[in-house]
Amino acid sequence: MNSAANLTGASPLLSIRNVAKQFGKNIVLRDISLDVAEGEFLTILGESGSGKTTLLRIIAGFESASAGEVWMGAERLDQQPPYRRRVNTVFQNYALFPHLTVEENVAYGLRVAKRPEAEIVSRVAEALDRVKMSAHAKKKPSKISGGQQQRIALARALVNRPQLLLLDEPLSALDANLRRQMQVELKSLQREVGISFIFVTHDQEEAMVMSDRIALLRSGELEQIASPREIYGRPATAYVAQFIGHTNLLRCDVRAGVVSCVPLSWSAKLPDGPALFSLRPENIRMATGHAAPEGSVRVRGKVCQQAFQGATELIRVECGNGLMLMVRIAGGSLPMNEVELEFLSSDAIPVRESPERI
Amino acid sequence: MFSRAYKTAVTLPPLLWVTIFLLMPYLLMFCYSFWSVSTSQTIVHSWTLDNYRELLRVNVYWQTLLRSMWIAARVTMFSLLLGFPLAYFLSFYAGNKKDLLYQFVIIPLWVSYLVRAYAWKTILGSDGVLNTLLQYVHLTKHPLEFLLYSPFAVVLTLTHIYTPFAFLPIYAALEHIPRNLVEASQDLGASPRQTFWKVILPLSIPGVVAGATFAFVLSLGDFLAPLLLGGPSGIMISNIVVSLFGAAYNWPLGAAISLCMLALVLSLLFLSERLEKRWSFS
Repeated sequence: MNSAANLTGASPLLSIRNVAKQFGKNIVLRDISLDVAEGEFLTILGESGSGKTTLLRIIAGFESASAGEVWMGAERLDQQPPYRRRVNTVFQNYALFPHLTVEENVAYGLRVAKRPEAEIVSRVAEALDRVKMSAHAKKKPSKISGGQQQRIALARALVNRPQLLLLDEPLSALDANLRRQMQVELKSLQREVGISFIFVTHDQEEAMVMSDRIALLRSGELEQIASPREIYGRPATAYVAQFIGHTNLLRCDVRAGVVSCVPLSWSAKLPDGPALFSLRPENIRMATGHAAPEGSVRVRGKVCQQAFQGATELIRVECGNGLMLMVRIAGGSLPMNEVELEFLSSDAIPVRESPERI
Repeated sequence: MFSRAYKTAVTLPPLLWVTIFLLMPYLLMFCYSFWSVSTSQTIVHSWTLDNYRELLRVNVYWQTLLRSMWIAARVTMFSLLLGFPLAYFLSFYAGNKKDLLYQFVIIPLWVSYLVRAYAWKTILGSDGVLNTLLQYVHLTKHPLEFLLYSPFAVVLTLTHIYTPFAFLPIYAALEHIPRNLVEASQDLGASPRQTFWKVILPLSIPGVVAGATFAFVLSLGDFLAPLLLGGPSGIMISNIVVSLFGAAYNWPLGAAISLCMLALVLSLLFLSERLEKRWSFS
């Protein structure tokens, strides 16, 4: 199944409508609405305390929403106990049953559903084979590694053929290399089985690599929901721009179609008043030639920091009037002092303020 | 690291303690069980198996031992039947009242055993609280005699006294079960009942075994409850041992019975440890 094709499909698989959650006086989620398409890989991204795990637990049924509804197709999900929901979860610490073997763990869902034994055996074998764990079928979970436990948790959920799989920071306990490997595996597994994934993480790189769409949560509110390219290229708010990748936030003033952020200025069709722009460091380059091309902005500055990062370097340029610009240049550049920078005014993306929330 | 003299100084006192107050008495008891008493009431220090033969030959000894085991078994069963649901409720459903309720279970342990045993005497006696109440509401015409001075009274009292001992390890085991396992079970479609039988109960087995062992071993060796509330039909093996070491002045036979109980208890402890190991996974 092609996941991208279904993004614009008629009816969503899961629909979260105006969900809010409060623990006592503590507001964890406010008015969250989002749809998940069939076959989509949706990532809920956010810092700790953003409410991302709570949202996942509301979908799974371990928490009840204080307000709002969760629908799956024509079925109201949020009024059913977790064991009646056709949704499965991969838990953060895998939550494998320690008294059962790998095989028995995977068979658990089918056993409680009282499937015929022959069917259980073949489906368990298939699920173990899919995650390349057949050789460990008879072992207890304590005898296999973290990455292997991760795979079993995945197999245990997928064997039930849910329409929707929820994953709660499933990779956070793995070390960096294994983590990258599992990201790729997980993504290709999702394409293969063709079911929807809702993946919770605090790692923006992970979200970018794996997702069809990213829903960015901040203090219990949805900041933006968009594809990785869009959320990076067209961030809606200052918070989104800063959370995903590096950016320069330019606090500007618009007057009669001219944006000014001393010493920078360019023209844009925006109403008069203060405005905030996000300008990615890689969209700024060293100026070449005498005159600035049409639609570009030039500024001179003094390099005050140069951080080597391998393929690229991030330099900080003091441009006068307290304006500091981060610029990404090719790695291995010689130390620099005075530079002239250039960027296209269309690369400066207007973003909304992200006011402090308590 | 530490000097030899220091190590000796630290380990010697406990070593001496164990030797003088544990190993020596056991050894002495072991010897006594193979000695005998002469007609002139002196201990004869020559080896014989007579005491063990006596134990098997005289019905009252092995029958009382069997009855004690039967009483202990019932106490164990009732302690588990009370202790498990209590521990389960406290651990999973008591919410923020957990600590308070836990204290309520523990507080009786601070009250003297004797007080609790006497309390039951006041409740179960023919003029006791229970009989008075039953007659007052005209459920019975005459006091019920089986309430006091019977195995029933012993089982009831011991259950009351040892239920907290069964409760504690079960509660600890239940508290140790990661809650995400319960969530995982529900997530995979298991109803609360299925989750209980397939996840919670198996994972609490080490606690249940430890609790059962406590209740059984402690009530098997009990002699105050049968003494105070048991009457002639509620005598337990420890009462016989007490009388053999006391009025009857037959230390060798008393020692032989004690050793049999010791062997029984040790093999039970061994068995329970094996079971606990078999069922623990962390």
